[in-house]
Amino acid sequence: MEKFIEIKDVSFSYINDYDDPPTKNTVLKGVTLDINKGEFVAVLGHNGSGKSTLAKLLNSINLPESGDVFVDGMNTRDEDKLYDIRRTVGMVFQNPDNQIVATVVEEDVAFALENIGVEPSEIRKRVDWALKKVGMYEYREHAPHKLSGGQKQRIAIAGVLAMQPKCIVMDEPTAMLDPIGRREIMQTITELNSEGVTVVLITHYMEEAARAGRVVVMDDGKILLDGAPKKVFSQAELLKSVGLDVPDVTDLTHGLIRAGIDLPDDIISEDECVERLYQLLKKE
Amino acid sequence: MGIIRTEDLTYVYGEGTPFRKTAVDGVNLDIEAGEIVGIIGHTGSGKSTLIQHFNGLLKPTSGKVFIDGEELFADKSRLKEIRFKVGLVFQYPEYQLFEETVYKDIAFGPKNMGLTDGEADKRIKETARLVGLKPELLDKSPFELSGGQKRRVAIAGVMAMEPKVLILDEPTAGLDPRGRDRILGLIKEYHAEKGTTVLLVSHSMEDVAKTVSKILVMNDAKVFMYSDRSSVFAKADELTAMGLTVPQVTRVFDRLRAMGIEFDDEVFSIDYAKDLVLRLLAEKRR
Ligand SMILES: Nc1ncnc2c1ncn2[C@@H]1O[C@H](COP(=O)(O)OP(=O)(O)OP(=O)(O)O)[C@@H](O)[C@H]1O
Ligand SMILES: Nc1ncnc2c1ncn2[C@@H]1O[C@H](COP(=O)(O)OP(=O)(O)OP(=O)(O)O)[C@@H](O)[C@H]1O
Ligand SMILES: [Mg+2]
Ligand SMILES: [Mg+2]
Repeated sequence: MEKFIEIKDVSFSYINDYDDPPTKNTVLKGVTLDINKGEFVAVLGHNGSGKSTLAKLLNSINLPESGDVFVDGMNTRDEDKLYDIRRTVGMVFQNPDNQIVATVVEEDVAFALENIGVEPSEIRKRVDWALKKVGMYEYREHAPHKLSGGQKQRIAIAGVLAMQPKCIVMDEPTAMLDPIGRREIMQTITELNSEGVTVVLITHYMEEAARAGRVVVMDDGKILLDGAPKKVFSQAELLKSVGLDVPDVTDLTHGLIRAGIDLPDDIISEDECVERLYQLLKKE
Repeated sequence: MGIIRTEDLTYVYGEGTPFRKTAVDGVNLDIEAGEIVGIIGHTGSGKSTLIQHFNGLLKPTSGKVFIDGEELFADKSRLKEIRFKVGLVFQYPEYQLFEETVYKDIAFGPKNMGLTDGEADKRIKETARLVGLKPELLDKSPFELSGGQKRRVAIAGVMAMEPKVLILDEPTAGLDPRGRDRILGLIKEYHAEKGTTVLLVSHSMEDVAKTVSKILVMNDAKVFMYSDRSSVFAKADELTAMGLTVPQVTRVFDRLRAMGIEFDDEVFSIDYAKDLVLRLLAEKRR
């Protein structure tokens, strides 16, 4: 497997200037993580565990205090590579309001493409494609700041899709979406991933993480668990102890196991849960 | 008569521009005092626009809004007073934090209402504890907090005003599961203790199912339905067609029923689902 992202023993601190005297808050504490090309990794962790801080290391917004981060072989400290790194890793930030840059939706989506020097005709094509992908094509001439919360979120996602980067990092992209919107974005992510795009998805929805190829759990600036979703979610107690949870269907089956029912402890999808319960309850 | 009532409420954005949009269209509502109501609806269906009418942030294009029997905007001099009755926690409220410390941010509303320092202090510490903010965070700048921590500060700021009606626009979006449970538990507790009317806008059917007694479904600027939880979630197909869904456990048991497993129960919670499976197994063995 080809390593695509290498995070090597990285620590990161914020200096809180508001405090008097300023204090140092170390929020990543020796994180080591390799992500292979084409992987779909979900990152879970309690509020404040360092997920967004970690994400911003991947396109040089944050630079490690110690240790190194490599993206497609480029050290994120290397200023000459900044442009290439930002082209390689597209990022959807946690709050869509913070990334609106233009006064018209389609210009907003085109912004990054213009910056990286894509041909105008190609820009037109990609912007239309991306807006259709997120179901916001009819809104292309609207003002982004006058959209609803979920609509803004879709625009932010379109902006990154249009860049067609090798790697997409999404920081809670579905937090404001309705259920179908959430499902559609998950479908888009899965589709892109199957076409070879490396995906890092930060989420507080356990059901979304269950659909990734791999789940990384952060706790207080460290990596607590790292493995296949089935393996990670079988550790319900540990997850709950760090502010997280398991998918509802896992919670249900674990409850039944405790009540003495014979079921596997690694059910994480709805389909699997329905099938197992059906086998259990159907008439002989 | 209910605590929140609307008559043919309509709101249009961008009148006279090419982007004219009727975001709320002829809405008639009557919400009883003390109710805890979930508001669901697809992206852009008009939820945020609707609730911003309830504390006079938006003025109806046409139609009327009554709070506690009093018509909003009928008498301008009463507006401020009525606003204190209705506390609104915005979507992404954390981006409206602006004070130097968390403490001062929570204090803003209560001070504005004219509470004494001592009284405000009591409420601030009490609400901070309720929403799970550690005391040492009170002296920090809100800008140093994580997304989820900021959310709690914003919610605490409105709760500390102890309004008669508490409206929260997606209060759990972006919170970790423990934070989500805590905020929902806190909303329920707050509701039970103070008898406050609560309106909870949410995209999480699971959160809605475990928190509210009634559900308002918005679809394309109109009210699709305002009814109790089971009547709403019984309409799984209609909900799906309008961008919504039912809670995951409800879906699991809807599917089992469709596959021929026989039971009459409506399932909205994991605990109920577990008991149901155990009961069905016991019946099967008999
Ligand atoms: N710009 C900043 N300045 C100072 N401290 C910060 C800043 N951003 C985050 N922090 C602190 O760093 C820690 C990690 O924050 P981060 O935003 O990475 O967490 P997170 O896991 O993304 O949380 P959430 O789920 O709430 O988004 C938190 O304790 C937070 O208070
Ligand atoms: N300031 C504004 N100017 C013009 N149109 C607006 C404005 N705010 C919202 N709209 C439009 O009004 C409609 C309703 O928006 P609203 O924010 O009420 O939806 P919502 O149900 O809260 O959606 P979400 O679930 O995404 O938050 C949308 O089509 C939106 O584009
Ligand atoms: Mg974050
Ligand atoms: Mg809204």
